[in-house]
Amino acid sequence: MTDTAFVEFDRVQKSYDGETLVVKDLNLTMPKGEFLTMLGPSGSGKTTCLMMLAGFETATHGEIRLDGQEINNIPPHKRGIGMVFQNYALFPHMTVNENLAFPLEVRGIDKSTRESKVARALDMVQMGAFGNRRPAQLSGGQQQRIALARALVFEPELVLMDEPLGALDKQLREQMQFEITRLAHDLGITTVYVTHDQTEALTMSDRVAVFNDGRIQQLAPPDLLYEEPENSFVAQFIGENNTLEGTIKSISGGIAEVALDDGRIIDAKPINVDKPGDRTRVSIRPERVEMDVSRLPKGAHTLDAEVKEFIYMGDIFRTRLSVAGNDDFIVKTRNAQGQTRMQPGQTIKIGWLAQDCRALDAG
Amino acid sequence: MADMTADLSQAGQEKLTTADGKPLKAALASAQARSKRRAFFLVAPLLVFVLMTFVVPIGQMLHQSVYNPDFVYKTDVTTKETTPIMVNLRAWFDENPRSTEPDEAAYAALVADLVVLREVKAAGIAGTRINYERSGSRSLFTKSARKAGKLEAPFKEALLDVEDEWADPTVWAAMRDASSAYTLNFYLAAIDKTRGIDGSVENVDEKRALYVKLFIRTLVLSVLITFLTFVLGYPIAHMLATLPLRYSNLLMILVLLPFWTSLLVRTTSWMVLLQSQGVVNDALVGTGLLADENRIQMMYNQIGTIVAMTHILLPFMVLPLYSVMRPINPSYVRAARSLGATSWTAFRRIYFPQTIPGIGAGALLVFILAVGYYITPALVGGADGQLISNLIAFHMTKSLNWSLAAALAGLLLAGILILYWLYDLLIGIDNLKLG
Repeated sequence: MTDTAFVEFDRVQKSYDGETLVVKDLNLTMPKGEFLTMLGPSGSGKTTCLMMLAGFETATHGEIRLDGQEINNIPPHKRGIGMVFQNYALFPHMTVNENLAFPLEVRGIDKSTRESKVARALDMVQMGAFGNRRPAQLSGGQQQRIALARALVFEPELVLMDEPLGALDKQLREQMQFEITRLAHDLGITTVYVTHDQTEALTMSDRVAVFNDGRIQQLAPPDLLYEEPENSFVAQFIGENNTLEGTIKSISGGIAEVALDDGRIIDAKPINVDKPGDRTRVSIRPERVEMDVSRLPKGAHTLDAEVKEFIYMGDIFRTRLSVAGNDDFIVKTRNAQGQTRMQPGQTIKIGWLAQDCRALDAG
Repeated sequence: MADMTADLSQAGQEKLTTADGKPLKAALASAQARSKRRAFFLVAPLLVFVLMTFVVPIGQMLHQSVYNPDFVYKTDVTTKETTPIMVNLRAWFDENPRSTEPDEAAYAALVADLVVLREVKAAGIAGTRINYERSGSRSLFTKSARKAGKLEAPFKEALLDVEDEWADPTVWAAMRDASSAYTLNFYLAAIDKTRGIDGSVENVDEKRALYVKLFIRTLVLSVLITFLTFVLGYPIAHMLATLPLRYSNLLMILVLLPFWTSLLVRTTSWMVLLQSQGVVNDALVGTGLLADENRIQMMYNQIGTIVAMTHILLPFMVLPLYSVMRPINPSYVRAARSLGATSWTAFRRIYFPQTIPGIGAGALLVFILAVGYYITPALVGGADGQLISNLIAFHMTKSLNWSLAAALAGLLLAGILILYWLYDLLIGIDNLKLG
């Protein structure tokens, strides 16, 4: 991996005040052309990582390498990294054309080349007709496109994006998500994208790094991240999740028996628990809960549940259950022909496949 | 639905009315009249105040600069009654063109008027008025008026016997100019010009030329002080704007503290510091950097005026700059840096242009204040640190030539208005950010 690494964080630590570490021992390698998203709650260190990569913050410890070269002491303007900022940071006193020409101008590129490159970049984001406007005369989505074009116009190999879609409404955001990924893939740019929006992270990225408490909790492609979270933070943070607390009773053949706090036994797949007696938090996705226990394999453990609420959401039904002391146990079922609609107060049996239920750390 | 469309199309053609048939416009006006009246009553006290203390005095000042009736009538100080004076002479001026040599009739008229001047005790005032145009004329009037009663025809010889200065054509030119209450001569005087015997505008004697030089000095010093406050204030404002709020609030107090201190205290503090026996000189002499006999003269000259005024006016530059710099998002400079600009280029091309409204506001504020500054130059300026305002004050309080003071002030006001207009033209007044 190290030979093909384009961006590399090697044991990077960062502290602002000398008392607490904002980034703790970060190790990350990215191959060229990858779209990597740093996802995490605010204060998890993801933006700090981006700023260190861009050169606006210096690493307290460790090395950051770009294309094999250590860049810790290279000032931001010599790194040649394109960056899209959260508030776009379009220069308000310049027109769109001047904004786009700026990075070319400071590189001493002659006027005619500059003009053709600016025109090409504007066409790339379908903003060719807006060259003479000022940023204030553009809508949020248009400003976003210009910011993107400006970050790409000098053809950087690495582009950083700091929550670039945060200020847009839902529809525009989805459209821009698609456009950004398309551009990134078409141009073969390596992209580091920071967001706290998990949908964005899942739909856009090749890989997602989930940050919490200054560390990468899990670094994986979106599907793995959703289906196989490695710890209870990731399980909680990505998507909706039901949790039940308990103690490991036995582990054998890749299946753990978990004694829930009310004494009942369930099957789960042990992930980061290792011996009987460990506290665990089992996690199961709402859409993997089976309400028709006859469909489960023989010998599967089932639980009694009481229906608390039934919510009709059109494409799916959302049923809130009370299971083993958890009153917020959600089950999602497809609105398929013949699907039963539960009534509040009804008592039912539920179960799941052992591999869908993950026994994770107690958090 | 059909009804509604019919209503709408009707509304487009006919005058709109309310439900009871009143025209909509009238109904709207009467509905809003009450709130408009209330709003007016709220601002009325300020309006009256501004009118009484600002608009009216400025109007009076401007009027005074072109109007001086001291050679036309006399106003009794106690009864406020006005008596026309120089009636005969003015009649002679009206009948005879400027080039006419004063003949016997003119002298007869003059003597008759001098008699009246003595009766109404106006010789001094009328003489002073002529004195503004031609110095040394006041005593001519008082002396001649005293003797005018005893003079007999032929009046020309008789009067010339008393004072042969009456033969001087400049006296007659000055009297002709003063015989009309409205005159632009004070403006001419304010730019070192005067009227010659034939009424043409000419420069005053080089030794007497004073005002243009002073206007230029005021302008140059104001520009210099504005520039100094900018050079000193810009980094301070930048630091205040970029520091975390708790530090910048503390430092802001340091900027504002002198602002809250009395002007006199600050000015006199500079006197203590900078005078030749002052703290700075003593320190230099004490450390051996300066010989005792070479003490630097930093007070009671232009240096004193510049130093003290720069210090006093600094907050007026820092505050507008700060208010413009504070909301500038640091990501602009970061964006510029990430796009490949060095920190200097990022400052020059991205940060600096965004602070121009603040620079404009600060510079305009400091410059306008500096141009009209009075107390500080009066206290620390010495002879060559005086500004035009000191001279205006001199004419107001010492020489009592209010018309000339008003003309000087009028020119200053016009200059500032032109500057304001230029600012609006170049930067735009709506870009002005004061806080």
